[in-house]
Amino acid sequence: MNEILGFSTLDLSRFQFATTSIFHYFFVPFTVGFALIIAVLQTLAYRSGDPKLENLTRFFGHLFFINFAVGVVTGIVQEFQFGMNWQGFSNFVGNIFGVPLALEVLMAFFLESTFLGLWWFGKDRIPAWASLASIWIVAAGTTISAFWIIIANAWMQHPVGFEIKNGRAVMTDAWAIVTNPKGLEWFAHIWTGSLTVAAFFVLAVSAYHLRRRANVEAFRVSFRVALMTALIGSGGVILAGHEQGQSAVRDQPMKYAAFSALWDAPEGNQMPESLIALPSNDARENRFELSVPYVGSFLAFNNFTDKAKGINDLQKEYEAKYGPGNYTPWVWPVYWSFRVMVGLGFLMLLVTLVYVWRWRQGKLDDPGRLYPLLLAMPLVPHLANFSGWIATEMGRQPWIVQGLLRTGDAVSQLNPLWVLLSLAAFWVVYLTLIGLDVFLLTRTARAGMHEPDVETPSVPAPDYVPEGARL
Amino acid sequence: MPDLPTLWLFLIGLTFSIYFFLDGFTFGEGILQPFLARRERERRAMIGTVGPFWAANEVWIILGAGAIFAAFPLWYGTLMTALYPMFTLILLSLIGRGVAFEYRGESSNVRWRTFWDVTSFVTNLLPAFLWGMIMANMVRGLPLGSSGRYQGGVSEAINAFSVLGGLATLSMFILHGATFLLLRLDQADPIHARARHAALTAGAFATLFVLAFVYWGFIQEALFRSFGLTAWLFPAAAAINLLLIWAALARKKDTLAFAATGLTIVFATATIFINLHPVLMPSTIGDAYSLTVQNSASEPYTLRLMTYASLFFLPLILAYQGWNFWVFRRRVTGHDAAEDGQAVYGQT
Ligand code: HDD
Ligand code: HEM
Ligand code: HEM
Repeated sequence: MNEILGFSTLDLSRFQFATTSIFHYFFVPFTVGFALIIAVLQTLAYRSGDPKLENLTRFFGHLFFINFAVGVVTGIVQEFQFGMNWQGFSNFVGNIFGVPLALEVLMAFFLESTFLGLWWFGKDRIPAWASLASIWIVAAGTTISAFWIIIANAWMQHPVGFEIKNGRAVMTDAWAIVTNPKGLEWFAHIWTGSLTVAAFFVLAVSAYHLRRRANVEAFRVSFRVALMTALIGSGGVILAGHEQGQSAVRDQPMKYAAFSALWDAPEGNQMPESLIALPSNDARENRFELSVPYVGSFLAFNNFTDKAKGINDLQKEYEAKYGPGNYTPWVWPVYWSFRVMVGLGFLMLLVTLVYVWRWRQGKLDDPGRLYPLLLAMPLVPHLANFSGWIATEMGRQPWIVQGLLRTGDAVSQLNPLWVLLSLAAFWVVYLTLIGLDVFLLTRTARAGMHEPDVETPSVPAPDYVPEGARL
Repeated sequence: MPDLPTLWLFLIGLTFSIYFFLDGFTFGEGILQPFLARRERERRAMIGTVGPFWAANEVWIILGAGAIFAAFPLWYGTLMTALYPMFTLILLSLIGRGVAFEYRGESSNVRWRTFWDVTSFVTNLLPAFLWGMIMANMVRGLPLGSSGRYQGGVSEAINAFSVLGGLATLSMFILHGATFLLLRLDQADPIHARARHAALTAGAFATLFVLAFVYWGFIQEALFRSFGLTAWLFPAAAAINLLLIWAALARKKDTLAFAATGLTIVFATATIFINLHPVLMPSTIGDAYSLTVQNSASEPYTLRLMTYASLFFLPLILAYQGWNFWVFRRRVTGHDAAEDGQAVYGQT
């Protein structure tokens, strides 16, 4: 049995990998950015000794905890899937790919999970400085884990420091892999993107309470910290993204052409940038297109004359190089998700600038007329992330490792029934988790810093036998 | 140059030993909750014994899997593809269990708590059993074709031997969880006495199943045949330990009992991994298809890199994880815990 309901093991495994990654990525950038914001808040509390800020840190810490648990458990699924669904992939890349993954565990996951426990449960049993150090270690850990997994992923997009031996990719230069230019750009993009995820959440929560004039002194602080974070994040994500686009032109021209729905190299001596297009893989052209001249050249090459290759040319080039086959990704989802991401990035920057402006005018305690938008903003970076990954990962198909291994050769030989069942189970569990996460986050965030009956700690901090009692 | 693939097999064995030691008591504690806790404060006390530790304990399996991926890529894909349904259930369980820990306390609604209590019980029970099945299949071998392609269905992995393996880990983890509770709970609490009782019962089953598993493996399946005299130390030590546990429980030596259950787990896991040398995954179809330590390992460059990294980071990890246990060393009581949530951040 090779198909079930018309789906092959490959189809189902791809769908499972893509959706579980997207679910995982719903939680983790929040963790990365939020840990940092909380660490900054706790530093402020530590230095001022202000109990209001201390409470503020615990309040956001509680929200952090709600989300962290789900990030952790969905990550384990990601790791195991490489072996379970992608046997060919594991065997092909293990020499290289396994290393950053193992380093991520050794350098980051142990740190995060140990020190988060110490920080949250150990508040009364370790000195204040150690508590502060713990949350900074958690923040560092989340960043380190993002770094290593991105290095691993970047290698698949742009393999470096390897040779092929007995049908496997083996490592020849570890340093080249760590300093893969693609990886470093990506990391900058991912990390600043993560800042925006957390920042817009904290902005929304703070604005909600500022609007109700509850704990104004405390939420004013978190609003400012989040605003600075949003500024760094949304500025950085655009700059890094621009860099990524330019390296995609060089390293993954087919993907770049799909981002731009560029079927044939433009005539004339400049490249326009497409604004709206209806790409069709069947016709191998755009059914409709609106574009602005020169901008494409500028975005891709920083000048007004250079031109990228078109999809149709690349298809022919690849057929000559790799043999017959379809090397064209499915263009419209790649094109549109790319555009959605970029659009949302500019929206975030705009909203941030409006509030920086209000700050300069001394109107920060009042969220103003954009308040409803501010409440909706936490969704925006998530949407941008979602579309960013769709664009990146679908844009490199049919390759799972660019130019080396095709997705179809990477998949495990599995009974599709098992994959269908696991897929269904993960979906049910993950949708429930997202629902619970959002529900608990909203409820806890709205409850604010009073109403103790709602504010139960996440896992109850245990009561201990008093000091001096026999152990 | 040392034989790096063999070194890595043993390092992976060490990682799994630590994982089963640590997550073993977490599973056991979770399975015992409905039997030992009669009221809310008791349940909270039980959860409190593992609250600060479970997340870090779980990371050891993430490391174990990552290490197999990097050091034995072929084994990684082969094992997980072959036992796909079991790994799926383990993953789903690890999700349910982790979330139950964190979310149960988020509301005092009775239905909410009951839901998480049930989830926690089931999701601790399943992996405790399934890990034993997986280990049993690992030593016994599976129908593997060329380049590790699995040729069987689900039924090949479910057999009397692997079910016995599952029962062995299940009962052993329950026992380990019970001795952990003896160490962590306030001795004056009635729940402490109940935990001792549970330990004695689980101990009886664990002794039975573990010894039966070793016996069956040795006699029926002719496993562990590569064992020289020294390697017999491990299964023998595991057996002696099992008897030691009884003595310790009877004389109320809680620390000794916990150490002995822990060591039993470590020795048993070590036995399994030592037995994987030199054939990692025997193929029941033909020896030519078996995965061996040497033919499925990564290249020396990768292994050397991993060795340096582990030599540096593992001691560090053990140190701070140990410190974590030290910070929360005092026994947990159920007495003065408020029935419901207390505020962690107060009115400002
Ligand atoms: C908060 C989320 C977010 C925002 C606002 C943006 N991005 Fe992004 N982008 C991502 C989140 C993201 C991502 C989900 O994190 C991706 C997927 C893979 C990756 O490395 O980052 C990504 C990928 C990605 C790629 C693909 C890289 C490749 O496949 O080679 C490019 C070219 C850009 N982005 C460019 C941009 C530009 C020019 C933006 C300007 C507004 C932008 N992104 C905003
Ligand atoms: C967490 C954020 C991520 C998201 C949301 C994501 C999303 C996706 C999507 C949408 C696909 C499907 C492409 C297609 O099949 O058309 C895919 C494929 C893939 N991605 Fe990612 N990805 C993420 C991170 C990663 C990372 C960090 C790695 C590796 C370290 C990775 C490895 C893969 C692999 C192996 C595939 C191929 C399987 C497939 O085609 O479905 N992904 N991913
Ligand atoms: C598809 C590839 C991925 C794999 C195999 C993977 C693996 C994991 C694992 C095993 C965990 C649980 C760690 C624990 O228990 O402590 C985890 C959590 C996490 N991952 Fe992922 N992950 C992937 C993608 C990503 C991406 C793309 C990012 C961010 C850029 C990321 C960042 C994190 C963070 C911050 C956490 C939560 C903190 C933590 O769990 O300790 N992961 N991931």
